[in-house]
Amino acid sequence: MVAQAEDVIPQRSPLMAFMARWLLTTNHKEIGTLYLWLSFTLFFIGGAMAMVIRLELFQPGIQFAEPLFYNQMVTMHGLIMVFGVVMPGFVGLANWQIPLMIGAPDMAMPRLNNFSFWILPFAFTLLLSSLFMEGGAPNFGWTFYAPLSTTYGPPSTDFFIIGVHMMGISSVLGAINVIVTIFNLRTPGMTLMKMPLFVWTWLITAFLLIMVMPVLAGVVTMMLTDRHFDTSFFSAAGGGDPLMFQHVFWFFGHPEVYILILPGFGIASQIIPTFARKRLFGYHSMVFASAAIAFLSFIVWGHHMFTAGMPVWVELSFMYATMLIAVPTGVKVFNWVATMWRGSMTFETPMLFALGFVILFTIGGFSGLMLALVPADFQYHDTFFVVAHFHYVLYPGAIFGTMAAVYYWIPKWTGNMYDERLGKIHFWTAVIAVNLTFFPMHFTGLAGMPRRIVDYSLQFADFNMVSSVGAALLGMTQVLFLYIVIKTIRGGAKASTRVWEGADGLEWTVPSPAPHHTFETPPAFPPIMDENESTSLNE
Amino acid sequence: MIETYNNQRKHIVLLISLAVGMFGFAYALVPLYQVFCEVTGLNGKTSGRARDVSTIYQNQVIASDREVTIQFLANVNNGMPWEFRPATHQLRVRLGELNTTDFYARNRAAQAVTGQAVPSVSPGFAAEYLHKVECFCFSQQQLEAGEDRHMPLRFYIGDDLPEEIHTLTLSYTLFKVPTVRASTLVSNRS
Amino acid sequence: MISMSNGLRNCLTLAFLASFSTLTFAVEFDLREGVTDMSQRIQDLHHLSLAVCVVVGIVVFGAMFYSIVAHRRSRHPKPADFHESLLVEIVWTTVPILILVGMAIPATTTLLEIEDNSDPDLTILITASQWKWHYQYLEADIGFYSNMTTPTAQINNLEPKGENYLLEVDNPLVLPTNKKVRFLTTSNDVIHSWWVPDFAVKQDAIPGFINEAWARLDQPGLFRGQCAELCGKDHAYMPVVVEVRLEAEFDKWIDDQRLAKELSSGQAVADRNKTWTMAELMPIGEQVFLTHCATCHESTGVGQGVTYPALAGGEIPNGPLEVHIDLVMNGKGGTEMQSWAPQLSDRELAAVITYERNAWGNSTNDVVQPKTIYATR
Repeated sequence: MVAQAEDVIPQRSPLMAFMARWLLTTNHKEIGTLYLWLSFTLFFIGGAMAMVIRLELFQPGIQFAEPLFYNQMVTMHGLIMVFGVVMPGFVGLANWQIPLMIGAPDMAMPRLNNFSFWILPFAFTLLLSSLFMEGGAPNFGWTFYAPLSTTYGPPSTDFFIIGVHMMGISSVLGAINVIVTIFNLRTPGMTLMKMPLFVWTWLITAFLLIMVMPVLAGVVTMMLTDRHFDTSFFSAAGGGDPLMFQHVFWFFGHPEVYILILPGFGIASQIIPTFARKRLFGYHSMVFASAAIAFLSFIVWGHHMFTAGMPVWVELSFMYATMLIAVPTGVKVFNWVATMWRGSMTFETPMLFALGFVILFTIGGFSGLMLALVPADFQYHDTFFVVAHFHYVLYPGAIFGTMAAVYYWIPKWTGNMYDERLGKIHFWTAVIAVNLTFFPMHFTGLAGMPRRIVDYSLQFADFNMVSSVGAALLGMTQVLFLYIVIKTIRGGAKASTRVWEGADGLEWTVPSPAPHHTFETPPAFPPIMDENESTSLNE
Repeated sequence: MIETYNNQRKHIVLLISLAVGMFGFAYALVPLYQVFCEVTGLNGKTSGRARDVSTIYQNQVIASDREVTIQFLANVNNGMPWEFRPATHQLRVRLGELNTTDFYARNRAAQAVTGQAVPSVSPGFAAEYLHKVECFCFSQQQLEAGEDRHMPLRFYIGDDLPEEIHTLTLSYTLFKVPTVRASTLVSNRS
Repeated sequence: MISMSNGLRNCLTLAFLASFSTLTFAVEFDLREGVTDMSQRIQDLHHLSLAVCVVVGIVVFGAMFYSIVAHRRSRHPKPADFHESLLVEIVWTTVPILILVGMAIPATTTLLEIEDNSDPDLTILITASQWKWHYQYLEADIGFYSNMTTPTAQINNLEPKGENYLLEVDNPLVLPTNKKVRFLTTSNDVIHSWWVPDFAVKQDAIPGFINEAWARLDQPGLFRGQCAELCGKDHAYMPVVVEVRLEAEFDKWIDDQRLAKELSSGQAVADRNKTWTMAELMPIGEQVFLTHCATCHESTGVGQGVTYPALAGGEIPNGPLEVHIDLVMNGKGGTEMQSWAPQLSDRELAAVITYERNAWGNSTNDVVQPKTIYATR
């Protein structure tokens, strides 16, 4: 069956023992922890880049970042946040929680799991090292449109390409592991339609990853051969087409967007029922809606390129398909509201983050719907309106989702309750700062400020200053989050087995902290929850 | 347990094949994209092959009475040391009728340079009605230092051109073919 | 359906505008109305979709906040037990679809009109390159480059910023009123995007391909926009300025341009018949360098790393003259070093090359004559 990691570590110096433990671990919980810390570290690095961007945009004129460096910051911020923070963060949560939630002893392929993780630090070291190279880091935006990234790219573009390949391999292997685990290691009695929603959304995400990360790998390979081996996929001179780059890239890029949000949907669907003390409303429709979103994500890529020149009927088809995504997404939001309806709610930090997720993500969804309308998109496209849109989807979506999950499950991981007062402070400052940072971007965009510009005309100055102040506050709140996490690891009120009064699911039947090995024999399903539990911190 | 293990292997193999297949699919998107362009008229790409003139006259005895305007544009990509311009900026042509015009090119550089002209038609969906019988864009052009040339273009516009089109624009962008590639091509041909 | 959605639209638009008109900020909150029929219809569409979002938002968030207040444990200690209802699911799948159809109809009709590029009165070919626009009037056979004129000192905060900071150019695109103007866009290097918000025209300029868009302008005025697609280092410094003139004034302007073209060709003949001294060329060269070259190579010629090589003591300005002339005239493919032959006159090219070979400690003592440049064209 599954290879079990040996607990006994030979006598070595403490440092060597520490290294050996973390380098060689095949335990899903330890690998999950590694993923989460990597994601957290890169969150601060990518965040520091965002601070440079906002500092430069605080006022018109060039103050801190020369244009070329600014473009590098914009590019690296995007790449790090997408591939280094959100994706590894979700994989970390999957590693910790999927085996615990389906009653499996570990992931199906523990050694592969170790390998998928340890590719990543090298990939990001490679990517970040390009900042120190002659000619600088990649400076063509995270979307790396040809020919700016091919013919005109800096020498470090090749490091970027290899880095993307490594991340891609890691994600695909991780996704295969998740699917195989979910298909084979569920405890007897847990049919697919009885799986927790977090597991469901991750299953769909994993399929999306397997289907689109290789396409990304294909795109960057074509770039590589265009740059060095005389092919002309994207160069018009040799019969290629720069516009084809955008088509192939967004064929990857749009499903990628849902990779970044679907696990967040899953997290909200776990947390809201717990704190509403009421079962999730419309479980089946939630599953179908997630699958529908994943399917639609493959046929809407053209909406990223309405201004690139397309025949009218192609524009119209992409517009209709894109608008259609609002339907399953709406169903999800309505189901969450119905779950809350006539529940018995308390508002601990995970619940606050989950509600922040639902409300602010919905605002991002609204601007997404507006962007779908082709004529209006001619005005919105490539402005700060788009920047506002995807930050509303990603920050309160993916990032708040991950934070909600951390607050929700950290008592199970560490055995300690986090500091509820600090958690609430973190939430409220984060919510205020997110809106302060990103809401004014809607206005600058509508007024006509293009994105990715290092300097802007005077009419945009006021809102940019507000955004920059918000960003500074947002950066500081995340330092508080780091402090809360460390404080929780080091101690705190002891968490019980069920942790939350309304919690339901297999992960709440193992002791807190979860022992190194869990579910070595498949548990009974449905689980019998401890009804006398009450760790509500709110009352 | 054995059954789980076998299942697992089967799943792994299937999923890895899916991933590899999608990598291949990325490459398959290249020809698919060409088809997509031809079907939708995306990008205004014209056919890279010559039309056989004999078929025109067999199939189309009478040229239509309808006339449209065709505009010619010449554009030189960065790093290409050629002067490049159309002989006429626009022509009034009858549908179905064979027309000839030419483009003038001169190499400004002190060494031989090979160029490739890339056509683009606007509106894009008109591209499929523009049939070229002879075009300098079908092959690479080489000019010695200081050499100039009038490069011919013979074409006709299909008489099935949609009614709403009154003006077509045919644009050529001249790209420099990298020296390495040009020389290998030359040596292959000789 | 259409009339209903129109009624709804007007209603909601009014409600939305009323709520905002009470606010008197010095800043804009709304999408620009613009000056063309299309830009106004797009603004209407924007208001419609915004209003739909606001209404749906009020309903959904209203329900949510009501639930947050009323169904908290202190007020509602016993949770209800329902968790499924097919009817409800069907309702909240169908209703959004109907709302979406209501939005798609006006979007589709507007789009069909925007994409109708037929029968233009005037065609402008817009060619983008890093980081400037070139406008060519196809019918009149005149063309010119349009460069940003904001001084570096303003960008570097050494001088107070002007009113049109970053949105001012030397040669604006001049257009007539009451004509259907068709814009063809293409590029010489990377992808750019030509955008004038007041016309609601945003069209990508892609190397090797042409795209089209159009506008019909009712009143004269000055309109400003920017490049909207990341195109390298100076993406922020690529403004678009369009000056719309009454038809008669426009025709006169075209005539003036033709005259100026003849005059400048006369000037060019005079330039190459004269033998220039270094003292004459150096100040012209410095001016040309500061306008066109200093953004990458720096005003002191030190360059920026490997990407933009140093000219002070550099290999090219101190190497063979022919190589230097060739590089400046024809550029270097795959880099931001572009071909200056079509952009500058013989005199300007001769001056800037002379300047580069004799400034910042370079001392080749070469004096390049306009006739030498003319011979290499």
